[in-house]
Amino acid sequence: MTHPIRGKTAVVGVATFGCGEAPGWSSIELMCQSAVLALADAGIPLHEVDGVFAATATHAFPTMSVAEYLGVKPRYFDGTNVGGSSFEQHMLNAALALDAGLCNVALICYGSNQRTASGKLVPLSEPQPYETPYKPRMPMNAYALAASRHMHQYGTTREQMAEVAVAARAWANLNPEAFMHGKPLSVADVMGSRLISDPFTALDCCLVTDGGAACVMVRADRAKDCAQQPAYLLGAAGANWHRTISMMPDLTVTACAESGPRAFAMAGMTQSDVDLVMLYDAFTINTILFLEDLGFCPKGEGGRFVAEGRIAPGGDLAVNTNGGGLSCVHPGMYGMYLIVESVRQLRGQAGARQVAECDVALLNGNGGTLSSQITALLGTAAAL
Amino acid sequence: MADTVGGPEAQFRAFLKQGRFMIQRSRSTGKHVYYPRVAVPGSGETDLDWVEAAGTGTVYATTVNRTRDGNTNLAIIELDEGPRMMSRVEGVPAETVKIGQRVKARIAVEDAAEIILFEVAQ
Repeated sequence: MTHPIRGKTAVVGVATFGCGEAPGWSSIELMCQSAVLALADAGIPLHEVDGVFAATATHAFPTMSVAEYLGVKPRYFDGTNVGGSSFEQHMLNAALALDAGLCNVALICYGSNQRTASGKLVPLSEPQPYETPYKPRMPMNAYALAASRHMHQYGTTREQMAEVAVAARAWANLNPEAFMHGKPLSVADVMGSRLISDPFTALDCCLVTDGGAACVMVRADRAKDCAQQPAYLLGAAGANWHRTISMMPDLTVTACAESGPRAFAMAGMTQSDVDLVMLYDAFTINTILFLEDLGFCPKGEGGRFVAEGRIAPGGDLAVNTNGGGLSCVHPGMYGMYLIVESVRQLRGQAGARQVAECDVALLNGNGGTLSSQITALLGTAAAL
Repeated sequence: MADTVGGPEAQFRAFLKQGRFMIQRSRSTGKHVYYPRVAVPGSGETDLDWVEAAGTGTVYATTVNRTRDGNTNLAIIELDEGPRMMSRVEGVPAETVKIGQRVKARIAVEDAAEIILFEVAQ
């Protein structure tokens, strides 16, 4: 039986703004400039926005800030903050609100000027009483601990993790918007970079950039009359098993082992239907963990799966085609960019990095320290 | 019970101040709990007693923070009672700490507060 919200809503507008470095721009400006551009992309006037969804690392009440700045009066709003996966949760919640008629035009947006404002990842977290006394460097240490366990349990190697960074860079080199565009990278470069939290070198870690991004969703009946080809939401599901890394049930299994199957079930699809995979690659181990947990390879085989350029341009599986958080953009909460790149690929607007015959995209948002996982499937009209 | 000092976190810290590493155990299920909580996570039993932790465990995951000030270990330790906790393994070079290594807890004072650290078990 078809799930009641499968294909009922679609992303009809997307935009990014100020990706990389945006000196002199504030987070709210980056966020709202992206929103204005996403609405223009959709061909929907600002005054029609009646649903606002937003999360940042710097706004206590982001939906209020966005509504005031843009001068819209939303009748449905949701500032759910599950870290970098917030926007995938917003997409699911927007679909529910649209389908229930609680709003008609949903705007989801994000912005951060962390690079030019502070030069480092802006933490939004309160201290954790049972971790903070040990002075962990978060989030990096959490992912390094997970990597240590994966290496121990499955024989995953430093070289295999480096392959993830190299594949991301190869895609970034096909994306003029990517912050690291034009800077080739080899496995030797990653391995030879400064070791900062074993087993990670600096090049196993995501970028610290500025950037805004936004998308606009409407119901499917309206979507087909919008300016751009709709990207229909076919399925979405979240799963959350822990907050702090020391309480993660198994450091080698993330909650997308649960959200993935539920998202696939809602979409009525399997891995073989997916043309593009967009995974939140805050660190190289993420890509390996998520490929396993989402069923693209068996548990423990992720390292071997990514070897020999399999997820790079020209490989068997197109993964993180914008260059990812590792090589394209990472203003702190990257999840919004998974949506933007998926939609661009589904529309056939991805230029040199365009995936041939791209009808179904899977995206997996990750938040906290491998804590919140939200998997979504977007597709063209052909996938409905 | 040190229940005059507040919730489970305050009680835990009060025990630490006395030099005791205490964890919780459910009377009905025997399941041990760390970090201290008001109920057993997942199943909700509230019959939690404080029991002395053996202080022995195994390194479950480990990393090294490499900074200009030197290398420091950060690890997740699986206590012999079952629960895991974040800590540091000290007394050996940080990069020599290995998953599976047996470790033993000690209470130290850091930043004017008691903290549980681990050393490689002899």
